[in-house]
Amino acid sequence: MSIRERLSGNEAVAYAMKQINPDVMGAYPITPSTEIPQYFSAYVDNGEVDTDFIAVESEHSAMSTCIGAEAAGCRAISATSSCGLIYMAEMLYVAASDRLPITLAVSCRALSGPININNDHSDAMSVRDAGWLMLFAETNQEAYDNYLQAMRIGEAVSLPIMICQDGFITSHAIENIELEETEKVREFVGEYKPQHYLLNKDEPIAVGPYSTPVYYMETKRAQAQAMMDAKQVIQDVADEFAAWTGRQYGLIEKYEMDDAEEAIIIIGSSAGTAREAIKQLRAQGRKVGMIKIRSFRPFPAAEIAEALKNVKAFAAMDKDDSFNAHCGPIFAETCAGLYANGISGPKGISYIYGLGGRDVRVESIQHVFADLEKIAETGDVGETYRYLDVRE
Amino acid sequence: MKDIVEIRWHGRGGQGAKTASLLLADAAFNTGKYVQGFPEYGPERMGAPITAYNRISSERSTVHSNIYEPDYVVVVDETLISAVDVTAGLKKEGAIVINSGKSPEELRPLLKGYEGRVCTIDAGKISEEELGKNFPNTPMLAAIVKVSGVVDAEEFVKDMEASFKHKFATKPQVIEGNMRALKRSMEEVKEG
Repeated sequence: MSIRERLSGNEAVAYAMKQINPDVMGAYPITPSTEIPQYFSAYVDNGEVDTDFIAVESEHSAMSTCIGAEAAGCRAISATSSCGLIYMAEMLYVAASDRLPITLAVSCRALSGPININNDHSDAMSVRDAGWLMLFAETNQEAYDNYLQAMRIGEAVSLPIMICQDGFITSHAIENIELEETEKVREFVGEYKPQHYLLNKDEPIAVGPYSTPVYYMETKRAQAQAMMDAKQVIQDVADEFAAWTGRQYGLIEKYEMDDAEEAIIIIGSSAGTAREAIKQLRAQGRKVGMIKIRSFRPFPAAEIAEALKNVKAFAAMDKDDSFNAHCGPIFAETCAGLYANGISGPKGISYIYGLGGRDVRVESIQHVFADLEKIAETGDVGETYRYLDVRE
Repeated sequence: MKDIVEIRWHGRGGQGAKTASLLLADAAFNTGKYVQGFPEYGPERMGAPITAYNRISSERSTVHSNIYEPDYVVVVDETLISAVDVTAGLKKEGAIVINSGKSPEELRPLLKGYEGRVCTIDAGKISEEELGKNFPNTPMLAAIVKVSGVVDAEEFVKDMEASFKHKFATKPQVIEGNMRALKRSMEEVKEG
């Protein structure tokens, strides 16, 4: 039986951690980190988990701690946000290439500067090529559910996994949530039984040694393969999760896409706001829909291309900018997916939105659909690189 | 009650407007509603104007934006009326509830022609008399519940008593004062 509760997104993730009871948390316990280590350290202090909580002096050390612990054979976790995530960046790459399935909770927030503490995706997107699996949540419920599935996915392909939600918008907002029973959670997540680990006295190994050009590229190719294999694993774990809880997930979620002529591709909490915008436009007879990306790494290029193939116009919504004078990362990867799958019909634009906590309203999304309607009608795509709700 | 009720809170950092919005979310949650309670974070410092929000609905609201056309506005600090446009977007079918010793008639001229109900409650006075300190949270929460009807009043009182008993298990002397503050506020809130 699910338990009806109301929690903030940070509380929900900390609660999932408590239910899982991992071996080690390495975390920097103050700003720019999230409230998650704070909540979790209370569980440690109260004896509700037997996790070793290792408070360190920086995020670089937090990730290093996790790498050491996971390599030893433990389940290691951390949590961070904003500048903390990019301070970890060097070690994120090490975790991925060492094939250590660490779980990292990220409450996505803007990077400095200008100094800002609010939500956007600049932090997560800046480490998108580090080799981590990345799942994004629309709600506190999805942050919780994704966290419960994280270790199963990461451990199956030996890759670390980031569970991202939107800073403040879901991380600090109280909403209803369905929690699962701890016993069932532990049954679902299972025991961690690594194939190779440092504390195995019968199999002495080295982790993370120097890799000469003779081996380096094969290591990277193997990482790439694991990322490709993860697509099926994410779907399989989601199906098993659905059989247990009734809540179904996939790589993407298609909302009102069956007959959609105009569509947006979006990630995170604004998908909820977009649902309302689409509901209102559908009531006016407009054929509009949404593709919500749950898995950004691996990127579901073929799935998105398939979902877009019959639309006339689409907008890829990026809550960060690549500053390439051209487009945001979701647009770039979506277009690459369309091209690779031989789909050239849909006309697309890149929209940068919601930076540094700029509020994303139902009207904001309707504005995007108004642009798409014009493009679909005239066939003229105009400027492809646009900023939403900005004073020029 | 309407399918969805949207409430905006205005306070100053340190006064507990955010906490009050979370308490209202709790109270509504306990009567079976879907709730959202969230603050708008600015530069955090004592005394700076802050805003917090509630959505309370019978179906889950998926919208994750701030609230621009609230049904109700709660002003925890009277001095904000001249500093912030507190009635911006406020629906005239709704109401504004202000923490003040003044009457609604005295305050209405300061509200930029707002046509809806204006309600006042002297939460500071009630708090000082019943709790010995200026904690306007509990009386303000009670006043907005009374004015909005977003939670059934009787259920609300029962629920708050249970949560005070839980929260102040080690200081039972505080429970009575809080309950008196709550009930007085529901009786004394003035409508004009």
